[in-house]
Amino acid sequence: MAASPVRTDARAGGTRDVEAGLDALDSAPTLPSRPGAGQRFVRIVLPPVVFLAAVVGIWQLAYVAEVKPSYALPSPADVFDVFWSSLTDGSAFEAVWTSLRRGGVGFALSLVIGTALGLAMWWSRWLRAAVGPIVSGLQSLPSVAWVPAAIIWFGLSNAAIYTVVLLGAVPSIANGLLGGLKQVPPLFDRVGRVLGLSTLGRTRHVLLPAALPGYLGGLRQGWAFAWRSLMAAELITYSPQLGQGLGQLLNVGRELSQMSLVITSIALILAVGIAIELLVFAPIERRVLTRRGLTIG
Amino acid sequence: MTANVTAETLAAPQEVGHPRAGVPAVRVQQVSQVFERDRPPVLDRVDLTVRPGEFVCLLGASGCGKSTLLNIIAGLTEPTSGTVEVSARRPALMFQEPALLPWLTAAGNVELALRARGVGRAERREEALRLLALVNLEGAGDKRVHELSGGMRQRVALARSLAQDSSVLLMDEPFAALDAITRDVLHLELARVWAEQGLSVVFVTHNVREAVRLGQRVLLMGSRPGRVVREWQVDLPQPRTIESPGVGALAAEITTELHREISRHGR
Ligand SMILES: Nc1ncnc2c1ncn2[C@@H]1O[C@H](COP(=O)(O)OP(=O)(O)O)[C@@H](O)[C@H]1O
Ligand SMILES: [Mg+2]
Repeated sequence: MAASPVRTDARAGGTRDVEAGLDALDSAPTLPSRPGAGQRFVRIVLPPVVFLAAVVGIWQLAYVAEVKPSYALPSPADVFDVFWSSLTDGSAFEAVWTSLRRGGVGFALSLVIGTALGLAMWWSRWLRAAVGPIVSGLQSLPSVAWVPAAIIWFGLSNAAIYTVVLLGAVPSIANGLLGGLKQVPPLFDRVGRVLGLSTLGRTRHVLLPAALPGYLGGLRQGWAFAWRSLMAAELITYSPQLGQGLGQLLNVGRELSQMSLVITSIALILAVGIAIELLVFAPIERRVLTRRGLTIG
Repeated sequence: MTANVTAETLAAPQEVGHPRAGVPAVRVQQVSQVFERDRPPVLDRVDLTVRPGEFVCLLGASGCGKSTLLNIIAGLTEPTSGTVEVSARRPALMFQEPALLPWLTAAGNVELALRARGVGRAERREEALRLLALVNLEGAGDKRVHELSGGMRQRVALARSLAQDSSVLLMDEPFAALDAITRDVLHLELARVWAEQGLSVVFVTHNVREAVRLGQRVLLMGSRPGRVVREWQVDLPQPRTIESPGVGALAAEITTELHREISRHGR
């Protein structure tokens, strides 16, 4: 008993040290820093390049062996010539820009509508029951199926194209947000209530951030659907008044039976899709997930 | 057992000598909770009073309604009947899980509590770091939740609870998921913070030794229906540890009682 105050002091100091030791031993190791540029090149850039080279090699062999007549299977060099001239005369840029602008506007509209719809379905049980199955169903309906209807309603116009894009992207975004909201652990909401946050405060500071990963997944899928729908719409709604997008370029290739142009268009469509994925969605998603410790980076 | 003045002094300085006659920190009166009509009530006319600055441990077997009672005191659950009065504007509540928001840093989690309380943006950061330092986490403010160990997370959760600046702190088995070494250290930490801040604490646990080690009073809850069946005044000298001989002796006595209470249900 007499020694007790002394022990207190010793323990108070001791706690700090023990605690610091436990913290150091038990904390997650800091992740190794991102690999250097050289290593990244070898691991990330090189494999697809090698794969692509192999595909071109086999293609060249098939061309030499005349597996198909040359109008159906042009040589890689022929395609490259068409590709190169489409770059030099600017038609590739024009087509990419036209489609990208449409895709961007369509996606932005889908984002607003899809987010509003997702939130509304979250707040209203009735709405969720009523529209939920249809929204999910729409996700599996190829949006190209809407093209004829859109053309009948809006003619060969941008409105028809946007209608198809929206019908493709909105369901994915709404469903992604709803899925994200449904997966928020109830514990988080209780934390918000214990802290005394209002309903609005809980929505803003707890619910929405917690649903972000699911929402991002929905946006990513929404973009993929928007882009696909756009290509389908452009391919069919060919009209001189509607600037020439990638889908329309593809259609020109088909009408001229010019396989090199068809392949060039496909390559451009693919390149845009990959570029948006790599430059926009992948970095955002990686950042969100690593911040939360949900991925190894 | 003898009342120990040293312990009282260390524990809650403002309480020396005279038991407070003022408003209790928590007063639960005749609280019942029925979840399913055809089963006995989970809580049956529970009475519980916590004096200001008092550390009360609520002990009971799993499923006896401890969390339910704590949630009712916290205002998260509306009781079927009975009244709850809490002297604080809003009691702070710590869960068994740290329940930190993973998109925020350690300091960000504490800052959210400050924000909810209306603390201005400029002061939040500084105050959050001060509270983290209080639980020995200086320098961890910018760490993400997933970078922290279980013990550190629970300390951040404690700092967040303290950020609510409530005089009443409710804790629902906050250390149950931690290893014994970390738990010992956190017991010291909690006892220190409680003494420094003069908090009234209701600490729920199913660990008898933990209850005796921390509490000034230990309440034993029976199950089905849940109600307080016995209580012990813990007059052991502070500071104590989970190994202190007095703790072991009283824990043994309470355990016997707990076992008797539990085996009632087997018959
Ligand atoms: N929301 C609820 N609905 C129905 N039963 C519940 C609910 N919450 C708790 N219970 C029941 O009440 C009893 C007490 O639960 P709880 O308070 O969590 O016990 P403890 O925290 O003591 O382990 C348990 O039998 C549990 O199944
Ligand atoms: Mg419980």
